Amino acid sequence: MTTSFTELAYLIAALLFVLGLHQLRAPESGRRGVLLAALAMAIAVAGTLLGRQLVRYDWIVAGVVVGSVIGITMAVVIPMAKMPERIALSHAFGGLAAALVGIAEYARHGDGLGAAKTAALGFEVLLGAVTFTGSLVAFGKLQGALAERPLNHRLQNGVNLALLAVALTAIAYLTVYSADPRVFYTMVGVAFLLGISLVVPIGGADMPVVISLLNSYAGLAAVATGFALSNTILIVCGALDGASGFFLSLVMSKAMNRSFTNILFGGFAGASAGGALAGSAAAPLPSGATIGDALTALTSARSVIVVPGYGMAAARCQHALRELAELLEQRGVTVKYAIHPVAGRMPGHMNVLLAEADVPYDRLYDIDAINEEFADTDVALVVGANDVVNPAAKHDPSSPIYGMPILDAELARTVIVLKRTMNPGFAKIENELFLRPNTMMLFGDANKTLTEMVRGLKESR
Amino acid sequence: MAEWIFWLYIFFFAAFVGYLVISGVPPLLHTPLMSATNAISGISLVGSLVLAGGDYDLSSSLLGLVAVTCATINVVGGFLITDRMLKMFKKHHEPRS
Repeated sequence: MTTSFTELAYLIAALLFVLGLHQLRAPESGRRGVLLAALAMAIAVAGTLLGRQLVRYDWIVAGVVVGSVIGITMAVVIPMAKMPERIALSHAFGGLAAALVGIAEYARHGDGLGAAKTAALGFEVLLGAVTFTGSLVAFGKLQGALAERPLNHRLQNGVNLALLAVALTAIAYLTVYSADPRVFYTMVGVAFLLGISLVVPIGGADMPVVISLLNSYAGLAAVATGFALSNTILIVCGALDGASGFFLSLVMSKAMNRSFTNILFGGFAGASAGGALAGSAAAPLPSGATIGDALTALTSARSVIVVPGYGMAAARCQHALRELAELLEQRGVTVKYAIHPVAGRMPGHMNVLLAEADVPYDRLYDIDAINEEFADTDVALVVGANDVVNPAAKHDPSSPIYGMPILDAELARTVIVLKRTMNPGFAKIENELFLRPNTMMLFGDANKTLTEMVRGLKESR
Repeated sequence: MAEWIFWLYIFFFAAFVGYLVISGVPPLLHTPLMSATNAISGISLVGSLVLAGGDYDLSSSLLGLVAVTCATINVVGGFLITDRMLKMFKKHHEPRS
């Protein structure tokens, strides 16, 4: 009786989760979707608490109270610009929860689990541990506490593959022979190491893919937990999470024209990137344009397309940018925003920041929706974006980003680039767009530059 | 039929349906999507509850406590922050106060 009560609750929850995700197709219905998913979670938790024979509630209450306080604080306090960090942290929490449940389950049952459950438990702990340490490294890189540039060494791939092989062999041994605790805990240690070793070599520009992949791993860890505990709702939700991570990873890697293996095992070619560098490195630095020049170009334009990049997030200049766009619109200039899928540090990063700054979302265009318009556009305003507008991706086979779909900002009549310094981006790839005669470079803190432009426009009215 | 075959059925169908539903989410909402599915994967709370409430031994309870805490952070924080994000997406200019 109690079991079928719980199973019924899980069934209703599973349906509501899917319906909730379905509502995320549009911003208008999105909030209702989140509400449905939250309701589903409440039903699943209630079904568990009422239906399963739980003996004591003190540990549960303590965990829920502490978790809620931390969760609510994080949700309220964290600024939108820090969203990639928060997501990385929550992947870490999810991974840790799965790994700990697996370890406890093993410690309790050991040999008595049977082959199928032991294998599931092994994968649960492996995926959970990899997600945990991998996400912590990603968080450190996003925070700037760890070097964000790719750290490559020759043995990297060998080390990763060896660690993975050891972990898989250990799981196979546990499944087939005996659940030897020494083998199990060796596997746990190796899994924690593997997470670190996988993410350390990956550079900041690849973060959107890494975060998506970790999302997928966290989901699969939940699936494995479901197998180990014979729990349907864990399998369903883990599958949903895994599917979303997988889907986003596909979108991201397609937007970079790179395969999963290339991102995980390749890293950007780094300093050895192509011969095109040598030529442009010797070329003179472009002289910085003045804010006055840029304002003249912007106010005499009929159409402007803004191309935001990670630099916009770093400078937190989305509010100043929106103000500039509004002033231009008041003068009759059309302003649109072109969003590259991998701009920023996570999928959709730019959209959230611009929405936070009250930019209406119908002004935000995907690469496919807007790329043809650049040729008919007077000014492309590039704010802290680099690789996503690098023309080398189209014509220079020696460039590490060759073949990556880019935003055709180069085709606009005038290109204005807001950039901190002439230093190349994290991928260390030179960008010839910055040297073109129709490009104006405005060096310095983008927030300061935009604020001065806003002031200039207000005064000249 | 072995039990695990049954679980595999559930997994593959859920993954397939999930992929179909999720691939309809526009790039505009990819961050809220990731945030929402992250909250949903906080379902490992269910497994953690069974562990923490089982009264097996102290080490199990302690692991359960940490797991319940981590999962609750994701569930509570995840849904709240997804809602906070979605609230910001507006179609037209609204007068600012």
